Amino acid sequence: MDGFLATPVGHFLFVVAAILAIMIPVLVGVAYLTYAERKVLAAIQLRKGPNVVGPFGLLQPFADALKLLMKETVIPSGANRVLFLFAPMLTFALALIAWAVIPFGPGLVLADINVGILYLFAISSLGVYGIIIAGWASNSKYAFLGALRSAAQMVSYEVSIGFVIITVLLCVGSLNLSRVVEAQKDLWFVVPLFPMFIVFFISALAETNRAPFDLPEGESEIVAGFFVEYSSMAFAMFFLGEYANMILMSAMTSILFLGGWLPPLDIAPFTWIPGPVWFALKIALCLFVFLWVRATFPRYRYDQLMRLGWKVFLPLSLLWVVLTAGALKLLGWLPTGA
Amino acid sequence: MIVTLAFYAFAAVLIAAAAMVVLARNPVHAVLYLILAFFNAAALFLLAGAEFLAMILVIVYVGAVAVLFLFVVMMLDVNFAELREGFVRYLPIGAVVGVILAAELLFLASVWSLSAEAPRLLAEPVPAGVDNTTALGLILYTDYFYLFQASGVILLVAMIGAIVLTLRDRPGVKRQDVAAQTARRVEDTLALVKMKPGSGMIVVPKPEASRGEERERAVEHTPHGGH
Repeated sequence: MDGFLATPVGHFLFVVAAILAIMIPVLVGVAYLTYAERKVLAAIQLRKGPNVVGPFGLLQPFADALKLLMKETVIPSGANRVLFLFAPMLTFALALIAWAVIPFGPGLVLADINVGILYLFAISSLGVYGIIIAGWASNSKYAFLGALRSAAQMVSYEVSIGFVIITVLLCVGSLNLSRVVEAQKDLWFVVPLFPMFIVFFISALAETNRAPFDLPEGESEIVAGFFVEYSSMAFAMFFLGEYANMILMSAMTSILFLGGWLPPLDIAPFTWIPGPVWFALKIALCLFVFLWVRATFPRYRYDQLMRLGWKVFLPLSLLWVVLTAGALKLLGWLPTGA
Repeated sequence: MIVTLAFYAFAAVLIAAAAMVVLARNPVHAVLYLILAFFNAAALFLLAGAEFLAMILVIVYVGAVAVLFLFVVMMLDVNFAELREGFVRYLPIGAVVGVILAAELLFLASVWSLSAEAPRLLAEPVPAGVDNTTALGLILYTDYFYLFQASGVILLVAMIGAIVLTLRDRPGVKRQDVAAQTARRVEDTLALVKMKPGSGMIVVPKPEASRGEERERAVEHTPHGGH
């Protein structure tokens, strides 16, 4: 078996199998995240939620997908056809390729690259293109307004996400995601860097265009924002992309702050459970908070959103970078790096 | 073998995309081709083993600069017929500039020579046992520390300049003042008035509090704030 894997064909097949082993759980996760969202919102609002299709409504996501597939793809007459169809594909593809560097357990990673965290940051900063291109190519005022809002919002919150990542990196001394997790063996970063954890999580909400920062969609003012002209599969791809991004951001939160695949305590009953399960549990916890926030908070007004990003998070995260660097230097805790 | 093929593929797409940036009629398409060119340049960096530069290129140029480009270009109202009108008139000037540039490039190419050290350094760009990012940091924050700091200061000055140019504070605009909102107390805005039944409305003047002025400011913001 080892001999076969060393040949080019064997290696290629192995990589394809690994990609499928990551993609299929992510896509199933996306499907059931939509279900979980409806169930959680329903529970918070004292309703039942989907409960008709299949036992406990468990087949609801597939019914939704089937419904979208059967619909007609409408392309507006003034739209730029190529870009109009390219935008949802881009959103969906970007949401999936980021998973290449996510470590699910010790050594369980598709591409263990040295600049993993920069790769994640780069991919998440590209997400805005899907939205801008969609808004522009639709040739519609509402879509364009949504795209403009989204561009400004995502660029603003990326700045503070960048500073939060720098703070974590100062404590790790490496850009490799597996190292980031291993550095939290004794203490998860959520404890010493708690304010940064909050800043990161809120910025992640803004970065994924989730409530209370879902102004690019803003259904009560600009109908549905950037995807108002989309229907059928193109719409479904935006939808899948948004939810895959939510899972990805939760995975990033767990890796940077909640110790990735590490158990909460390094003692017997916790260590029996394998790392990937812990990782999945932490992602699920973050996702629950995403949904909880959506059910609890009203949408921000646009100027408030910008104020929070530039006047609160940016100075706060910058201050924490300086404080962390100073504390590590003074206490002699600076990691020695490679 | 595969690396060489990949290099030619990325390089070919890079040059084609760069040409399309200039040739595309629609400015939005031109910016999108520019982004494609950036991506291929990042891929070339990756092939050369400079993974940190590749990621930074994508983050800075594609993730931030090109977004702003696209943002501005999409909002421009470009009239293509008008743009093409002056083509013949400006052709001589354009030709002169182009010829000068080409001549300069030719001069540069004729005297260009690699230093004696270069082949050895090229063969081993990163010291063994140190990864790419660390090697960059070791050089940037030691040998070139002052230059690095100076470039940071220059960028800061440019940023402050841009802010100063665009900042304006118009009087009479109702803007949310979060500090004033959170500094408001119940006693500043609410007065409990005891009414005798059937006596009609009598406004009881509130005793002047120590922070009367502050209250007035807070009241001014009341209709706008508090969302």
